[in-house]
Amino acid sequence: MPAPLIRTQALEKIYRLGESEVHALAGVSIDIAEGEFVAVMGPSGSGKSTFMNLIGCLDRPTHGQYALGGQDVSTLDSDALAGMRNHSIGFVFQNFNLLARTPAIENVELPLVYAGVPAPERRVRATEMLARVGLEGRVHHLPSQLSGGQQQRVAIARALVTRPLLILADEPTGALDSHTSLELMALFQELNRGGMTVVLVTHEPDVARFARRVLRFLDGRVVADEANVALDARALLAEGAVA
Amino acid sequence: MNLVALLRIALRALAVNKLRSALTMLGIIIGVSAVIVMVAVGAGAQARVEEQIRALGSNLLLILSGARTASGVRLGLGSNFSLNEGDAFAITREIPGATAAPAVRGGAQLVWGNTNWSTAIYGTTPEYLPVRQWALAEGRGFEPAEMSGAAKVCIIGQTVVNQLFGATDPIGQTIRIRRVPFTVIGVLETKGQSMMGTDQDDLVLMPLDTARNRVLGATTLAKQRAVGVIWVKVDDGLDTNAVAQEVRALLRQRHRLQPGADDDFSLRNLAEIMAAQEASSRILTILLAAVASVSLLVGGIGIMNIMLVSVTERTREIGLRMAVGARTRDILGQFLVEAVTLSLIGGLVGTLLGVGGAFAVAMIAGWRVLVSAEAVLLAVAFALLTGVFFGFYPARKAARLHPVEALRFE
Repeated sequence: MPAPLIRTQALEKIYRLGESEVHALAGVSIDIAEGEFVAVMGPSGSGKSTFMNLIGCLDRPTHGQYALGGQDVSTLDSDALAGMRNHSIGFVFQNFNLLARTPAIENVELPLVYAGVPAPERRVRATEMLARVGLEGRVHHLPSQLSGGQQQRVAIARALVTRPLLILADEPTGALDSHTSLELMALFQELNRGGMTVVLVTHEPDVARFARRVLRFLDGRVVADEANVALDARALLAEGAVA
Repeated sequence: MNLVALLRIALRALAVNKLRSALTMLGIIIGVSAVIVMVAVGAGAQARVEEQIRALGSNLLLILSGARTASGVRLGLGSNFSLNEGDAFAITREIPGATAAPAVRGGAQLVWGNTNWSTAIYGTTPEYLPVRQWALAEGRGFEPAEMSGAAKVCIIGQTVVNQLFGATDPIGQTIRIRRVPFTVIGVLETKGQSMMGTDQDDLVLMPLDTARNRVLGATTLAKQRAVGVIWVKVDDGLDTNAVAQEVRALLRQRHRLQPGADDDFSLRNLAEIMAAQEASSRILTILLAAVASVSLLVGGIGIMNIMLVSVTERTREIGLRMAVGARTRDILGQFLVEAVTLSLIGGLVGTLLGVGGAFAVAMIAGWRVLVSAEAVLLAVAFALLTGVFFGFYPARKAARLHPVEALRFE
């Protein structure tokens, strides 16, 4: 069996708030294999966001190890972490986080700019990705000219453009209506079927139903790690049902 | 990230808040144009002083007769006629490389036809013109016979020509000076204003004896053959100060002054006075530039202020850029380029305005201005440096943001 894509060992994160110490993560040991679709659930304050920040190389653990794609990243410096985020992780955020007044294509190109990819190649790859998420006709639209669902698709294209090891989505449907959410989940499922590892952080059970594995966090620990019979978002859309 | 990409990001970010960017640039524009105008005005003044030094001759000594003390009341310089024309001849004769011209001064009313004009009268010798490096525009100088015979002839300055004669050729005309008829034999070339602002062309020259005996009417002076001033020209290539010392020694000896006694005359090295004036005009230039630089500094602070606001406003953007792989130096570069773009555009616009402003000052105020390439380059370079200096802190602040906190920033 190959090494898991993500392996955390006794991962801890302690925040200092004045005198008191807060154990946002109190020892999390989890393996996530390539090609999984994992939903990370838990109430606010359960540590799921901290977990996502660590998995996403946005932050460093206080204790414990984290290996991404077989490489220990828990001790990397901030520029090396930036490099990891750039080529190994695709982020999708709740509020899309697109650059305002910047055309969709340039938003998608952004990670490639930091990767040092030459402009002509950037353009080709970004165009390709926008087509993949179904936005062929919206390449030069500004975020303000796109609907919420379309903006999130641009963000997903941006996450995919560097061909990352995993997609890390933080409440991706939080700002979308239920029909658009369903379409988005269909897109995630489609990407996952194509082999992409997807880690979805959410507090909505409805969204978690589309994942094949659910991790439940409480008080900085994983309290449940269960397999899930995923709903097929595409099929639901075809039936005209609303999730 | 390369510079072109950074520049594009910067221009797009600046275009978002056009008014704000323009107002921020205004600080730099005012600073740079102020520096350029001030330096141009200062350099113009300096050039004028240098020109005056050249016009006067850089190697001129002026000897004034000393002050007289009467019953404890000390009168001003020239009140005691301690100098006489013998002193002048002795200087010319005994000090190699020195030519002296004695002169008595006075004022008188000139009358020609139905016009009249009050002017300065100089009784002097033919040496006066070469010593003052003054040429005749027309006519001739004094003949030896006219000198010894106290002839009633005179040479007049351009201002006198304009005031009395207008368009008429003054040569050969007869003017009355204190009712004494004089024949005009020469006209001096225009010399312009002196450093002190007096009109040097407003004068009449006549033989020494003529002035003393017929116009100024000072019989005691005539007996003593006294003069008020002696101009001394030092030949080129000689040390003016050394010659000045020789002149002083000679005069002290001729006036039989004991060692330790004060000079009964005043010797001035005009080159030194001019040099002092040049130095003061240079200091003025530096001062003006320094004051103008303060406005550039204020402009720089404006840039820093706006960049800090911009960093705060765009915290989420910074967080996102970090999330997709921007390194510390990418963010630092982005905001630094933005600050420098502001200052550089401001600097270039300021240069145009400054050069235009300098010429406007020249046109309107009639001042001499000198726009030098060095001053322009310096101002633009200074603006650039201001952008880097004042942009660095906000840029570093942006680059040091923690990605998690930046992304969560509301």
